[in-house]
Amino acid sequence: MSDAPVGITEPQLYQLIDFVKKIHGFDFSDYSKASLKRRFSRIMMLKKLEFYELKHALINDLNFFQWFLEEVTVNVTEMFRDPSFYKALNAQVIPYLSSFPHIRVWSAGCSSGEEVYSLAILLDGAGLNEKTFIYGTDINIEMLNEARKGIYSLRKMKSYTENYQLCDLPGLLTDHFTIMYDAAGIHNELKQNTLFSIHNLVSDHVFNEFQLISCRNVFIYFEAELQEKILGLFYKSLCPLGFLCLGSKETIRLPDFKSKFKVINSRENIYQKIGDQ
Amino acid sequence: MAINNIIIERWHNSDIVLLGGSAGAFKLLFRVIKCLSPDLGKTVIIIIHRKRNFLSEMEKLFAKNATMKLNEITDKEPVKKNTIYIAPANYHILIEKSGHFSLDVSEDVWYSKPSIDVAFESAADVYKDRCTAILFSGANQDGAQGLLQLRNNGSLTIVQHPKDAEMTHMPQAAINIGAAEYILRTEEIFELLEMG
Repeated sequence: MSDAPVGITEPQLYQLIDFVKKIHGFDFSDYSKASLKRRFSRIMMLKKLEFYELKHALINDLNFFQWFLEEVTVNVTEMFRDPSFYKALNAQVIPYLSSFPHIRVWSAGCSSGEEVYSLAILLDGAGLNEKTFIYGTDINIEMLNEARKGIYSLRKMKSYTENYQLCDLPGLLTDHFTIMYDAAGIHNELKQNTLFSIHNLVSDHVFNEFQLISCRNVFIYFEAELQEKILGLFYKSLCPLGFLCLGSKETIRLPDFKSKFKVINSRENIYQKIGDQ
Repeated sequence: MAINNIIIERWHNSDIVLLGGSAGAFKLLFRVIKCLSPDLGKTVIIIIHRKRNFLSEMEKLFAKNATMKLNEITDKEPVKKNTIYIAPANYHILIEKSGHFSLDVSEDVWYSKPSIDVAFESAADVYKDRCTAILFSGANQDGAQGLLQLRNNGSLTIVQHPKDAEMTHMPQAAINIGAAEYILRTEEIFELLEMG
């Protein structure tokens, strides 16, 4: 379905941002406005709400807010999204990572966990499962619960399998899953080295040191200033010579980015931390 | 319906040109790229439905044949004049009031990402009457709603005549909901585009 032809106005957009911040403590003020406007309009259309009704629900209905948060933050993701990225990771980053005594990975903005498990499969394939631990973080409790389950519908698995095949990885994606009626659950040995937890990139801080941080297609929802701030957080969270992966269309235009990160793969936006340490 | 002075004047007043299409539009858009003058003085944005995962040769082919500068859109890229922008596969594109692009990976719209509706609707918010949008051949109704919003916001909206479209569904859907201010034959569209 397409969006409703008439969405919210500019002043209403800023009113809502202010509202959500004051009542629920989530700060969307540095999010990309065009996208936010579209999400808010979509919510009103889905629930057939007028603007005043939306405000009312946000104040009075905590369950509504959880749903609202899920809808505002885009949770569309895939296993092995962008096969060319995973190929590059396998060829250019994994061999380097294998030289570290342990590999801590942070998937920031992990949504329902598809990327976490894709990385787990990739690292397992390189024989690194034993020394790998992957943290998935998101601002959304419901999504994290989904991620912890590691269960995906067969309908989704079909398109994930297509991605997997294009990554040139051995066997089938379903080799890593147990099929249960109309869904597939990720194997326990892959799940045991993962942890999902709440973390808000806008307001939370460094919580560990990582050899690899992947934050793909999250920056597109942030304005440039917020992107810069979060890049600082990632820089501090990476070990020396740790790797940073961004979405392939998330070009960083900061002048001092180049002195902090070396380009490993420009097409796939893979970087390695250099500079002061 | 032929090109009249009103169309020409509004074309000249447009800072931005939006071109949308799907099945049957590739060849046309290829021809558009070739015919646009490098100093057109406008921003040209092309949204064509494409398959995810296949690094298509489209950009390369387009870039090789365009005389105007041509880019695949990256996030927060500034919207510049005399540049053709192509929407990347597996992303929606949005235009910010501050004059740059944002990308979006949310749900497909009409089974499509990039969706023409999403791009058109966000452009309608920003450019109003300084925009010309043209919808070409395609096999679904993506683009119709967005074109209507552009029209309601004062943009010049043109639909390729279904008689000339390889796939009529897309232009016809736009005509059916009253989104097409003008329905032009293919050669008339090119006459306009070549005016510079």
